[in-house]
Amino acid sequence: MVILRFAVFRFITMLATLVVVSVMIFAIINLPPGDYLSNQINELRATGQSSGVAKAEFLRTEYALDRPLWNQYLIWMGFAPGPHGFSGLIQGEFGWSFEFDRPVSDIVGGALWLTVLVNVAAILFVYMVALPLGVLAAARSKTWIDYTSAFVGYLGLATPNFLLALILFYYGNRYLDLPIGGLMDPKFEGEPMSYEKMKSVLVHMIIPTFVIGTSGAAAMMQRLRANLLDELGKPYVETARAKGMSETRMLVKYPLRVAFNPFVADIGTLLPAMVSGSVLVSVVLGLQTIGPFLLTALKSQDLFLSAFVLMFVAALTLVGTLISDLLLALLDPRIRFGGRST
Amino acid sequence: MTTLPDGRYVDSTPYEPDTGAEARNAELDMPNWMLVWLRFKEHRLGLISGLFLLISYVMLPFAGFISPYTANERAPDHLYASPQGIHLFHEGKLIGPYVYPITAEVNLETFSWEYTADLENPAKLEFFCEGSYYKLAGFIKSNRHLVCAPEGATIFLFGADRLGRDVFSRILYGAQLSLTVGLVGITVSFLIGIVLGSIAGYYGGFLDWIINRVIEILRSLPELPLWLALSAAVPSHWGPVSVFFIISIILGILDWPGLARAVRSKFLSLREEEFVRAAEMMGAKPSRVIRKHLLPNFLSHLIASATLSIPAMILGETALSFLGLGLRAPAVSWGVMLNDAQNLASIEIYPWTAIPMLPIVFVVLAFNFFGDGLRDALDPNRA
Repeated sequence: MVILRFAVFRFITMLATLVVVSVMIFAIINLPPGDYLSNQINELRATGQSSGVAKAEFLRTEYALDRPLWNQYLIWMGFAPGPHGFSGLIQGEFGWSFEFDRPVSDIVGGALWLTVLVNVAAILFVYMVALPLGVLAAARSKTWIDYTSAFVGYLGLATPNFLLALILFYYGNRYLDLPIGGLMDPKFEGEPMSYEKMKSVLVHMIIPTFVIGTSGAAAMMQRLRANLLDELGKPYVETARAKGMSETRMLVKYPLRVAFNPFVADIGTLLPAMVSGSVLVSVVLGLQTIGPFLLTALKSQDLFLSAFVLMFVAALTLVGTLISDLLLALLDPRIRFGGRST
Repeated sequence: MTTLPDGRYVDSTPYEPDTGAEARNAELDMPNWMLVWLRFKEHRLGLISGLFLLISYVMLPFAGFISPYTANERAPDHLYASPQGIHLFHEGKLIGPYVYPITAEVNLETFSWEYTADLENPAKLEFFCEGSYYKLAGFIKSNRHLVCAPEGATIFLFGADRLGRDVFSRILYGAQLSLTVGLVGITVSFLIGIVLGSIAGYYGGFLDWIINRVIEILRSLPELPLWLALSAAVPSHWGPVSVFFIISIILGILDWPGLARAVRSKFLSLREEEFVRAAEMMGAKPSRVIRKHLLPNFLSHLIASATLSIPAMILGETALSFLGLGLRAPAVSWGVMLNDAQNLASIEIYPWTAIPMLPIVFVVLAFNFFGDGLRDALDPNRA
């Protein structure tokens, strides 16, 4: 029951956060002077194409862009009726992309799932790499294992993501025959999910996952190592050793459990970094996630498209954090009962 | 041995001064910065990194002097010229540092430029020579360069880019922006972080609640998409200097929550201390208590952690410029240069266009090690 109450509380907090974030995003999107349609209208006027002007003007009223900003926001979110009644984000209407001249939901539809997929894969990669390496580095601290992993980790932190992507792509293709660009073979695009398609997607995901995950894995590994080293210095470890417990069993049974908590809690800081990385890497590698859409939309001031993508990215991280919080509450009773220390 | 009237015994041999005491207590009498320095010195990697950073930053104003060319000087006959080596011995004879002149030829099969070195005529390098004009430290006009190629030859240590500009010179010029963007950004983030963090920690209550929620929200959002959105809002007609400042402010504006949180938690624990109570009772205003009594307690520690967030900003600037939303063309930064190396083709055919990534990696690593060393040295609870 306690856990349920905690879950409900966290869920409501998340919704409130999302609302605040949506205000922020809408404000940021509207920062640049002018918008896509007024730019277009000006351009059309300058070249003397009056028919286009009429269409743009129609779109302007259709999407309520001629109203004050706060009203636009409410309509966009679906809190207030627009020209066609309530049709905003919470009603599932994502708006119209002026750049692509199609509804936003059409454009980003498939990309959403791939975005989630890439990020989940990256998170799994981080955990799969960071856990064994971190434990190993702590257990064999000050040996070559420790130093090598620290060195590789630092290098992973310091190399810009996008360059790592390009370089790995180049060498992966040259020596391992890994495919270049995209998230699947072009012939599978728009096809229903099948075994072959699945395989193609998996092969295409190797390098992106590696690139997005490296810096996160490096940071995570170092933190796990530090936590574990702190634990290893404590008297109970000495006791266990003195009683003749085998090193591996001792490690897994006691210090690792304690050091594991921050490991799960860290997902809150890990996730935003992952999503950031995936946007950048997607642009460089041409993955069909929402990253490239975000960039084009931002560059051409395509209001609804960029706002939606930003909202989605924010929601993705918030949901991920929520899940990790719940997991943590299941793992560690102190969090459930103690509430948040403020 | 003498006996005192009250019956105690006292050794009558002359008292020997403890010669080692002064040396042993020397550490106790040292000023704080000296102690920090002593501890920092032990961190070898941090020390080397610190030196490297110092040299890099000192070099910035003299970039124009050290580099053989200016940032946007073009050599139209040497597009995508490959890197040239500096040699000392020509046919077994020492003739001092020289380069072989190279001439371009189009390979019509691969459609790329190919360069052949003229191995017969070594061109001796000139030192303190006159080249094109630049501004030393931004205001002294000069045309002296440390080294340049003689008439008819070129010196492209790291090759040339697609417009025939020297990559080596551009890296030096690019450092001016790439290295300072982090400093400006961290200043912004530092100011916001300290002000908001101390308000939240000192006053508590509703203000604390608000600031805390803002911190949580900002920390839970991915930085890069927001950076992108903010920099897309920078008007395209702004000059390079304003773009530079606004980009660094954008980088700093999302970075402060971590710092503010650290400040706040320190304040929460420190504000219950007696010395704060005493200062308040003597009538000190909150701003004075914060500035004079609370902040100095952990300012140095904050600076160390700020050092650790500079690399994130340098990488952020690189990423933004790389995507074309950060600094723009006439300005030179490492990210702008890497914009050229955006596709696989250029990495395959002209790998030297990706060289600017090396200074990025070095600087980011150096900041990490330096920050680690500084933090260890400043941490009073260190084992």
